[in-house]
Amino acid sequence: MNLTFATAERVLAQLRADRRTIALVLVLPCLLIGLIAWMFDGTPVLDQFGPMLVGLFPLTVMFLVTSVATLRERQSGTLERLMTTPVRKGDFVAGYALAFANLALVQALVVVGFATLVGMDVAGPIGLVIVVALLDAILGCCLGLAASALARSEFQAVQMMPAIIFPQLITCGLIMPRDQMPMLLEWLSRVFPLTYAIEAMQSLARGDEWADIQGAVGVIALFIVGAVVLGVLTLRRRTA
Amino acid sequence: MVNNVPGAELAIRIRGLSVERGGQNVVAGLDIDVPGGSVVGLLGPSGSGKTTLMRAIVGVQDRVTGTVDVLGLPAGTPSLRRRVGYVTQEASVYRDLTVVQNLSYFAALAGVPAARRRETVGRVVAEVDLGGHEKQVVRTLSGGEVSRVSLAAALVGDPELLVLDEPTVGLDPVLRRDLWSLFRELSRGGRTLLVSSHVMDEATQCDRLLLLRAGGLVADVTPTDLLRQTGAPDAERAFLALIEGSAAEEAAR
Ligand SMILES: Nc1ncnc2c1ncn2[C@@H]1O[C@H](COP(=O)(O)OP(=O)(O)OP(=O)(O)O)[C@@H](O)[C@H]1O
Ligand SMILES: [Mg+2]
Repeated sequence: MNLTFATAERVLAQLRADRRTIALVLVLPCLLIGLIAWMFDGTPVLDQFGPMLVGLFPLTVMFLVTSVATLRERQSGTLERLMTTPVRKGDFVAGYALAFANLALVQALVVVGFATLVGMDVAGPIGLVIVVALLDAILGCCLGLAASALARSEFQAVQMMPAIIFPQLITCGLIMPRDQMPMLLEWLSRVFPLTYAIEAMQSLARGDEWADIQGAVGVIALFIVGAVVLGVLTLRRRTA
Repeated sequence: MVNNVPGAELAIRIRGLSVERGGQNVVAGLDIDVPGGSVVGLLGPSGSGKTTLMRAIVGVQDRVTGTVDVLGLPAGTPSLRRRVGYVTQEASVYRDLTVVQNLSYFAALAGVPAARRRETVGRVVAEVDLGGHEKQVVRTLSGGEVSRVSLAAALVGDPELLVLDEPTVGLDPVLRRDLWSLFRELSRGGRTLLVSSHVMDEATQCDRLLLLRAGGLVADVTPTDLLRQTGAPDAERAFLALIEGSAAEEAAR
């Protein structure tokens, strides 16, 4: 456990040293939301779609940041070295998840705060929007950790994003309501975590309460656990 | 060979080690003994399997057959990770962190209690002569300085066995001499060191020399015996004589 915290502290120190990435993580989603607010000024579009976007950005941004960060660790030889120290694979994955969850929390607060500022009016409790956004961000981190195991280069790592995130985007109900999709696609959407995140956000936009979204939140939490386990399993102490 | 002194603890005992990498046996049928408390030099041409052997000893090499016992336990046993320090050939430290941030992290991993971390980091910084660079981001250090941070990161835990892959590459003669006197001092304190090197005058500082060629052991000798056996005037020419001799032998077969 101590080594988890030591690792999280080290990753956070690396993040702090990289001001530009922090700025991008915080400012970019706000810019995009600002753009939409401006485009649909005077309509209720932001109220309906704002929460979904607020759930979507953290997932994609954190996925990219984490998969590149862990790939860098593999390539720089530091991962090989860590594997010769008492740090356990679980410490490594949990340390990364913990550090990026910190960044994710700041991101969720800033993005939701900004969206509210530019006129997003969520019918449901805004606190829950933040919680779902935070869970999305953590999920993005954990998926990124697992995906980086499959990538051998930065190019491949970046390609993991369209490979893993885009299919979820297409079927999550943002582009077409899920009940209008062909049955096969509807089923497919059921095995993707983003579907549940979007469902929860839509529900909150309509004015639903915790009781209505707890099922979806539970599924997201399960996916997080699954992604962490996958991240640990794909980490190899011995390599060829 | 007489290196098996009865009663002397072996820090590393290897029997019939073979390693497959990229479909080839890059290490084949190695038998090696490293006595505890000694400084053993690992020499051999580029590609002869030095790094592969070291990776097998620290337990990160896959596709290994044979026995590798380290400090009495099979290589890769979790409890060994506290007792063995490994310095990779390419410096493996976080280039976006400062020297102290790096060393504090590795000290935490090595189990140095938080209260003693500052003092420990201070000690190793002095040992590798990086005083004055503590707050510097590693990316901005010179090549030789970076490799010394990497070495220091293995020293923080004061391990019983140090496996050092070319720790003195790119360092000037003064620094090399200082590091070798540090290695000798560590061995006087009971630590065992396995050090690979290309610099032949360093070989004479070792208690024993292991000479690898094409994944096999060509010689396991003391520096004095190496010179005597080959009749060469210095370690460099003795090394060449042995390598070429073994290559010619193989060609004749
Ligand atoms: N990941 C790998 N996949 C396939 N073959 C490899 C791999 N790494 C090393 N090899 C091969 O294994 C052999 C031994 O490599 P190793 O790195 O152990 O040599 P070395 O003695 O450390 O060389 P150097 O002095 O140049 O560092 C070489 O022929 C190398 O090409
Ligand atoms: Mg090597």
